[in-house]
Amino acid sequence: MLASVRSILGIGAMALAVVTASSSIALAEKAKIGISIPAATHGWTGGLNYHTKRTVDALKKAYPDLEFVITTADSATKQVNDIEDLVAVQKINALVILPFESDPLTEPVKEAKKQGIFVTTVDRGLSEEGVEDLYVGGNNPEYGRIAAEYFKTKLKGKGKIVVMRGIPTAIDNIRIDAFKKALEGTSIQVLDMQYANWNPDKGFEVMQDYLQRFPQIDGVWAGDDDAALGAIEAINQAGRDKGMIVLGGSGMNKVIKRIMDGDKLVDADIFYPPTLIIPAIGATALKFATGAPAGGRWVLGSPLITKENAEQYYFPEAPY
Amino acid sequence: MSDTIAVPNKLPATSGRYRISDHLTSFGPLIALVALLIIGGLINESFLSSANISNVLTRSALIGIIAIGTTFVITAGGLDLSVGAMSALVAGLMIMFMNAVAATLGTGWLTVLVGILFALLLGTMAGLVNGLLITRWRIEAFIVTLGTMGIFRSLLTYLSNGGAISLESGLRSTARPIYYGTLLGIAYPILALAILAIIGEFVLWRTRFGRHCAAIGSNAAVAKYSAINVNRVRIATYILQGLCVAVATLIYVPRLGAATPSTGVLWELEAIAAVIIGGTVLSGGYGRIWGTIVGVLILGLIQNILNLTSWFSPHLNGSIQGAIIILAVLMQKGRAAR
Repeated sequence: MLASVRSILGIGAMALAVVTASSSIALAEKAKIGISIPAATHGWTGGLNYHTKRTVDALKKAYPDLEFVITTADSATKQVNDIEDLVAVQKINALVILPFESDPLTEPVKEAKKQGIFVTTVDRGLSEEGVEDLYVGGNNPEYGRIAAEYFKTKLKGKGKIVVMRGIPTAIDNIRIDAFKKALEGTSIQVLDMQYANWNPDKGFEVMQDYLQRFPQIDGVWAGDDDAALGAIEAINQAGRDKGMIVLGGSGMNKVIKRIMDGDKLVDADIFYPPTLIIPAIGATALKFATGAPAGGRWVLGSPLITKENAEQYYFPEAPY
Repeated sequence: MSDTIAVPNKLPATSGRYRISDHLTSFGPLIALVALLIIGGLINESFLSSANISNVLTRSALIGIIAIGTTFVITAGGLDLSVGAMSALVAGLMIMFMNAVAATLGTGWLTVLVGILFALLLGTMAGLVNGLLITRWRIEAFIVTLGTMGIFRSLLTYLSNGGAISLESGLRSTARPIYYGTLLGIAYPILALAILAIIGEFVLWRTRFGRHCAAIGSNAAVAKYSAINVNRVRIATYILQGLCVAVATLIYVPRLGAATPSTGVLWELEAIAAVIIGGTVLSGGYGRIWGTIVGVLILGLIQNILNLTSWFSPHLNGSIQGAIIILAVLMQKGRAAR
């Protein structure tokens, strides 16, 4: 008798445990999601910060049981510290990270993964495969290739162009390599490539010097819309806008507006939006809030934006 | 003006004999500048064209005007690391203010003028805050301005949502000539730099305030016993620095019509470097504005020359800059050190 009571109690306790466990998955235990992104050091990361904050605000409202911790880093070293703090102090359940650099961040993220934390990487991968559960990224080789294709078409395979590189990073190298490769075999000559750090002031100065140095420039690939805005001012100042084409990249609203308005100097852009952080945070949050499965590799395309399709990429209220 | 307050010697005191090396070291930065001009001319024929020189001078005017204020701060034994971030914040607030005022005053010169006055006020206030924290609360200048540097920059990042704060297009076309306009073929920013440099040199060497700066920088205790109001002079140097930042900013804003979190990054180091290259003593006590201007031009020309050649991998640009900066300072120290 006693034994059977005990066993009934035991089964009941087990059943209760199962119910609580399953409900905790279905109805969201208090999960904490850590987000580690680069600080707003140039326009694109500024947009990234803006969209991160907005997404988190919206998700907080929809799922009050979810907690979010956002950290921004202005260097890879700071980001490593951030991740250590998120894991050890904040005790996060999931980590959404846009790595500042791939190599230095791989070990700390692996360490977090070892402790059972769900890892989502955004934009840049880690230097080892299979660490992250979910990867949401832009297509960087495609970015460079599309830029090269644009100049091939516009210049009919022949002409002289100057290039501005970004901040010296793996991403910049990937884009530039793909760009050079796609131009091989054409008569398009790249006069020089200097770093403009995806920065309008630097873009202005580098372009002024290019214009002094080269009497003939048919096209400018500024690598990024911020640098392109600086380059445009320098070109206008020198009165060299006739027959010149400028391509930036990444889809800043100011530049897309120019394309929509039929600007002569800038008639295209490459889509590589900071909005890619939105699905990354969203999918990670939903996994904990609803138990929806999330994982795999999501790669967003980098289509060319022209006057015909510009409207669908235009977000006037965003800071980027 | 009385001459009773000790003026630091322009040349190191020697046995009284005339030595050419004294002049060589004194004019070291000028020699480096001329050398750069020759190298640049050899590298690219368009280097010495008036358009290129005008570009470099106009660009350098921004740091140059800031560095005039920096010369006073450093001469008086202080340091201001916040100028770059201050410039970004002043630019952002100035643009927001002008956009707001434009609704009632229109997009003409009146709004731009009000914006300029607002920027000057902001610069004065920011300098005053730095100065008060350093003198009244006796916190190290390095710490105070490192702190305000972080505060100013993150305020701008917050206000801009991490993106850009842009000037309305109507206002932009009105204000554009401030950067791009010319008088007798000389760009306004260059004229502004020249005028401010002459005024600065006069104030530093020919007024009581300038001499007090040097006296405080060389020995604050002695200056105090000589009945100099040390704190007031120090605060004045930081306010002057803030005003210089505001002037540079109001020239910067019309150039691209926007302030971003990357505006003015590392300008403080460029300004301090220019001041030291120009022969001002980092520990204070002796400063010269003409040297600072030469220092600014050296920095501007190095960048320009590197952009005009493909000799070096752009990855090495920083090392070339670094080597030339050290060389320029070595030229004035070489003899004295022995």
